[in-house]
Amino acid sequence: MAQIVDRRLNGKNKSAVNRQKFLRRFRKQIKKSIENVIAERSVTDLDKGEKISIPKKDTSEPFFHHTQGGHRDMVHPGNKEFQTGDKIPRPQSGNSQGDGSEASDSGEGEDDFVFELSREEFLQFFFEDLELPNLVKTKLSTITETKKIRAGHTSEGNPTNINVVRSLTGAMGRRMALRGPYKKEIKSIESELEDLLKRHDESDQLIIDLRERITYLKKRIKKIPFIDSFDLRYDNRIDQPVPTTQAVMFCIMDVSGSMGREEKDIAKRFFMLLYLFLTRTYEKIQIIFISHHTIASEVDEETFFYSRETGGTVVSSALKLMSSIIQDRFPTNDWNIYAAQASDGDNWHNDSKICVDIMNNKIMPFVQYYSYIEITADRQQNLWEEYTGIGSNWDNFAMKKIEKISDIYPVFRKLFQKRDA
Amino acid sequence: MTAKSKIFQPISETSDWTFELIEKYHSEIERIAKNFGLSTYPVQLEIITAEQMMDAYSSVGMPVGYSHWTFGKEFVNTERNYKRGQMGLAYEIVINSDPCIAYLMEENSMPMQALVIAHAAYGHNSFFKNNYLFTTWTSADSIIDYLLFAKKYIADCETRYGEEAVENILDSCHALKNYGVDRYKRPPKLSLQEEQSKQQEREAYLQSQINELWRTIPEKEEPASDKKKFHYPSEPQENILYFIEKHAPLLEPWQREIVRIVRKIAQYFYPQRQTQVMNEGWATFWHYTILNQLYDEGLCTDGFMMEFLQSHTNVVSQPSFDSQYYSGINPYALGFNMMTDIRRICEKPTKEDYEWFPDIAGSDWQTSMDFAMRNFKDESFIGQYLSPKLIRDFKMFAITDDDKNRQIEVSAIHNNNGYQAVRSILSEQYNLGSNEPNIQVFNVDLKGDRSLTLRHTQHLRRPLDKSAYEVIKHVARLWGFDVKIQSIDENEKIVKTYECSPPKN
Repeated sequence: MAQIVDRRLNGKNKSAVNRQKFLRRFRKQIKKSIENVIAERSVTDLDKGEKISIPKKDTSEPFFHHTQGGHRDMVHPGNKEFQTGDKIPRPQSGNSQGDGSEASDSGEGEDDFVFELSREEFLQFFFEDLELPNLVKTKLSTITETKKIRAGHTSEGNPTNINVVRSLTGAMGRRMALRGPYKKEIKSIESELEDLLKRHDESDQLIIDLRERITYLKKRIKKIPFIDSFDLRYDNRIDQPVPTTQAVMFCIMDVSGSMGREEKDIAKRFFMLLYLFLTRTYEKIQIIFISHHTIASEVDEETFFYSRETGGTVVSSALKLMSSIIQDRFPTNDWNIYAAQASDGDNWHNDSKICVDIMNNKIMPFVQYYSYIEITADRQQNLWEEYTGIGSNWDNFAMKKIEKISDIYPVFRKLFQKRDA
Repeated sequence: MTAKSKIFQPISETSDWTFELIEKYHSEIERIAKNFGLSTYPVQLEIITAEQMMDAYSSVGMPVGYSHWTFGKEFVNTERNYKRGQMGLAYEIVINSDPCIAYLMEENSMPMQALVIAHAAYGHNSFFKNNYLFTTWTSADSIIDYLLFAKKYIADCETRYGEEAVENILDSCHALKNYGVDRYKRPPKLSLQEEQSKQQEREAYLQSQINELWRTIPEKEEPASDKKKFHYPSEPQENILYFIEKHAPLLEPWQREIVRIVRKIAQYFYPQRQTQVMNEGWATFWHYTILNQLYDEGLCTDGFMMEFLQSHTNVVSQPSFDSQYYSGINPYALGFNMMTDIRRICEKPTKEDYEWFPDIAGSDWQTSMDFAMRNFKDESFIGQYLSPKLIRDFKMFAITDDDKNRQIEVSAIHNNNGYQAVRSILSEQYNLGSNEPNIQVFNVDLKGDRSLTLRHTQHLRRPLDKSAYEVIKHVARLWGFDVKIQSIDENEKIVKTYECSPPKN
């Protein structure tokens, strides 16, 4: 008789270890493949798994085998018109035996080994070797977020939290304790009674009194309550503060006429990368979008990326707004503040000096990191020159120039590269 | 309504399976198999999910195995193919163990489950139990234990010596695993307790032996002329991994044990590599015969049969050489047809059959097939039983591809003059001995630079693939000193030499 075993509930991830080993072994190739992916795909898709292809020759394992050449006899099925002695031209690089069965079974061609990374794995590779600068500052600061944890028992509480076992154990102890003196007395009276009975008979007054006393004491014992409100014990749960980390990310973008659709697209990708990156470190992230031309306003995402304004550019307006938002809503001991600014570098001439002033006094002391990207194919504009000064004063300020979409990832990597401590 | 269907009710009408149904089908299949005289190990059917099937698939079908990236590679590959719906995920995996474990995938329909039970749990099972290669070379009762030992040992090594060091050794051993088998000598039985108790003993002993072999310092100054002809080993050794395990000068004891593990497992799979056509042919023949019997007895419905036949037909189809789907001869097709043909020769022999197969024509088919199953491997099986009728059915033709000629020549076709030639060429095609390059340990320069020389004896002037340059690096890593491979032709002349020095640490 056969045994039928249902193994479906057994672990299914037996290969997980092997898969990790595989990924580790080919990490270099995978990273390279990911870089290509970034260059070609839209950033909105980044938060998913990714199809990775690495050269097949890297993953193949060598073994001794024959190659074409020498003398070889073979049998094939399906003869149609061949007669013994027929000569056939040798097929060009024909599929000789050996790896014949490996014929391309996919559209990817035979030179690549293609597989999928899960979202987690993908992000892992994607942000490997990157770290958020100045993470320490508020990382450990506690927010008034609490979690209920067990903390022993109390004598008062909510009926639903009654701990039955604990309460009954207490009650039993109390009953034993209260019974003690009565039982002792009964015992001594009983021995006295025994003594008396040897000398007197039942009708003796002393004996009757003693018997009455025993009955009374027994009654008292019976009167001890089985359970008393005094016995009740409740499970106790107290609030324990949980350290949570949260961050706010400011996206500041120039939406003036000089920023075209393409520049905005580049900026958007940059912001998204930053967002993805922050989600790996912080549990909660708020994003504040500030768009500006001559005046700045806080907007929603849709407006931020798709509305078009015209007019000049006054960068300081956005910085002022950001500074006031920080003061109003994001106390720096509770929030990790990150900011990314994207612009084509164009600014109203006299404004750049004001910007530097605001940055130095009102923004840089409060933020964890401020990155500025200038999206322009031309020479740097005046804002760049002024900002260069800030960079030399503050460690947590970084700026880079981006010309085309494929620059984003490298620039991003450079901005957030792990620094030696 | 026929008479028989009044007596027998079909076991099930729908294609959904339940545990009770599997049990019912199984007991019917078991009964039929017993009636046909199949002798098997006890059967254990395990229901698993598709993910688990992928896990099993990527670890060469074994339920436990040590971890290594190559299995991870297999896994991502299988997973991807499965997700793309390209692969009707192998619906059967069967393990040569006692009891014989066959996996049933939960996604399969009832007819497919019955097919797998008949194919794997009775077809393959009886082959494993009775074929001479399996009975001499593998120990069905202890393989799972040994794999557990191997898995634990390698995991321990990883914690103790680092994953990279272990991976390096395994990579090198894997490159040589086809050269880790004894072709002619039966290996000792495997057993878990013995393995564990002996392993430490072996470690100590081996190291002392190796120290002995390499203790050359005191007798350095000897007349060189005596040593000219001295060879170590005195006879060439075909089992390269075994030679390395026993004699490589620099390996640590744990590294030797890993070499041994890879070698043992390769040995276990060696019979499977030699009997693919027979094994699959036998299992396919029996699932076909058993399920047809089930149908004749009225135990399954027409729909059941349709689904089964459709799958069966796919499995045994043989595209012709000019088809885009052609990738060599399909072992299922060849095996199934040969098995069926043996039965035909026994039951309805023609004049031709009496001429070609005087021993079995007209004999009892069950006895004759049982004999064939027990005593052959692919190479000899084809050499013995490929009939002219089958050669005609497959329209087989033989070609000669010689690099001295500009063109390929058709040397034989399916006619009276060609049958013998086609048969012997096809048989040779399944000879692992001539398909794999013949490489043996030739010499170790004991008194000199300790270099190892392997000899590749060319078969019909066939050259080594350039992957030999990669493999030799692995050999050098294991050996620890220079390694040479010499390709020699029929006249013992060295035509090509590969050389490699071990990586510097």
